[in-house]
Amino acid sequence: MAWSQAVDTAAQAIVPATPERVFELEHVSVSYGPNLAVRDVSMPIHRNEITALIGPSGCGKSTLLRCLNRMNDLIPGAHVDGQVRYHGIDLYSKGVDPVEVRRRIGMVFQKPNPFPKSIYDNIAFGPRVLGAKGNLDDLVESCLRRAALWDEVRHKLKSSAYGLSGGQQQRLCIARAIAVNPDVILMDEPCSALDPIATARIEDLMRELEDEYTIVIVTHNMQQAARVSDRTAFMTTQVEPDEDGGDRRSGHLVEYDLTDRIFKNPADPRTEDYISGRFG
Amino acid sequence: MALSTPQRSAEAAAAVLAGSASAGRTRGERVFAVLLLGATAVSVLVLGLLIAQVLLDGLARLDLQFLTSYPSRRAARTGIRAGITGSLSLMVLTAAVAFPLGVAAAVYLEEFAPDNRFTRLLEANVANLAGVPSVVYGLLGSAVFVYLFQMGRSLVAGALTLALLILPVIIVASRESLRAVPQAIRHAGLALGATPLQVAARQTVPSALPGIFTGTILALSRAVGETAPILVVGAVLSRRSDNVPWGLLDAFTGLPIQIYDFVSRPQADFREGAASAAILVLLTVLLLMNSVAIVLRNRYARRW
Repeated sequence: MAWSQAVDTAAQAIVPATPERVFELEHVSVSYGPNLAVRDVSMPIHRNEITALIGPSGCGKSTLLRCLNRMNDLIPGAHVDGQVRYHGIDLYSKGVDPVEVRRRIGMVFQKPNPFPKSIYDNIAFGPRVLGAKGNLDDLVESCLRRAALWDEVRHKLKSSAYGLSGGQQQRLCIARAIAVNPDVILMDEPCSALDPIATARIEDLMRELEDEYTIVIVTHNMQQAARVSDRTAFMTTQVEPDEDGGDRRSGHLVEYDLTDRIFKNPADPRTEDYISGRFG
Repeated sequence: MALSTPQRSAEAAAAVLAGSASAGRTRGERVFAVLLLGATAVSVLVLGLLIAQVLLDGLARLDLQFLTSYPSRRAARTGIRAGITGSLSLMVLTAAVAFPLGVAAAVYLEEFAPDNRFTRLLEANVANLAGVPSVVYGLLGSAVFVYLFQMGRSLVAGALTLALLILPVIIVASRESLRAVPQAIRHAGLALGATPLQVAARQTVPSALPGIFTGTILALSRAVGETAPILVVGAVLSRRSDNVPWGLLDAFTGLPIQIYDFVSRPQADFREGAASAAILVLLTVLLLMNSVAIVLRNRYARRW
């Protein structure tokens, strides 16, 4: 608990002259066993902005995203080097409780993954495990409203979440994530399983949530990054020959800037090649 | 030489109709299918014969008096009350011990155990225990519970022995059921700030419960039918009318023991009439339990 108080104090102490930095990644490398997946990424992530991570498949964007709330801990053999500072505190230092980290840094996954329970219970699960007792009707309603799902489900809160469409399920997952009042929401290709209309709704929703939350989104879809994000990080894969005659692939950060600049006037030719569709 | 389209169509139609080219293959298929059907029929027929025989011998003997009487020296007055209450007590006690232990072990192995040598050793052991002959469990129960722990030849010693016997089965079935719960559910819970224990207790285990119950009921139905282990532990071939096997440290018996007793008597009225009637009761209980397990599995089967 001491750690979470420290975070609150740290969060209050920072005066938002420039956009406040929620995360500061410094020389972050991630490996799975002997394989380096992400090499030496340094970048800040700013409060109340949407930061997009783009790049070709296998460049380590999802891996990097999962460092931010220690979901990588769940993968056997995963190891993080460097510092992931969250409000100044290294998430991988001793004494940091990953459960508390994930409480504050929520996550929406690629495939909608509602619990096999009612819509109501899906939203209520988070608050309940954090100790909420009794009637959560108001909270459930406000979360569903903020996720732009209330009107569609208000009459069937007690029916199974599995009866919803894919897009509705994903909005339910977003509603579920905001029910524990997180500081940051990580989204790992949240629209890749959805059709364009459902995708548009999620993008609108992200824009609305931006005022209250800091959002980091991994996306395959460059138009999506251009449409919704304030800043974009472009990552790519570097292939190096190794001693055994094979090759080692690791992702690294090529360029990180305001989304406008990345798409209109990128500094690195590799970024330009990627966004103009010449590669990846 | 290319055929014109109408010619080709005509030829294809003719071939499909006559099936001349594939006639040999079709015959092979049929012969094989009949062979497979025969293999299935043998087991079903034997079971059918057995049940028919038991019905013929036992149905006439099966009445309320038979179900509610204690054993007697005279075949006409004997009954299986002691066997029924004994088996029922054994089942309740066995379930009370084996279910929580088995589910807890499965949850540990599936949700919490680190992936290391020790865990793998445990897993291999559990899998092998499921294949150990039941009489060996009887000897173990006799040595440990009856003599070492001084429980005597008691109901609780018998139940603990049966619990050991079905523990590996419950663990294996529960683990399979837990493994069928998608990883995405666990990740969803953890990403909301739930602890691993909360995720297991509120999401994973409840989702797996129908499968766990099914496995447990099937395991229990195996335990109820077992003769060897409780015989070795010292179930009595009860003929005493005062034997109400509810006290934990009382002598006990069970339906299979009673059947064993009936069959070993020289009189035909015992060997055929009483034994068959008791077998009918045991079979009915087992079929009922298995049906409940199947209904549970089908009704609550989740399609993720």
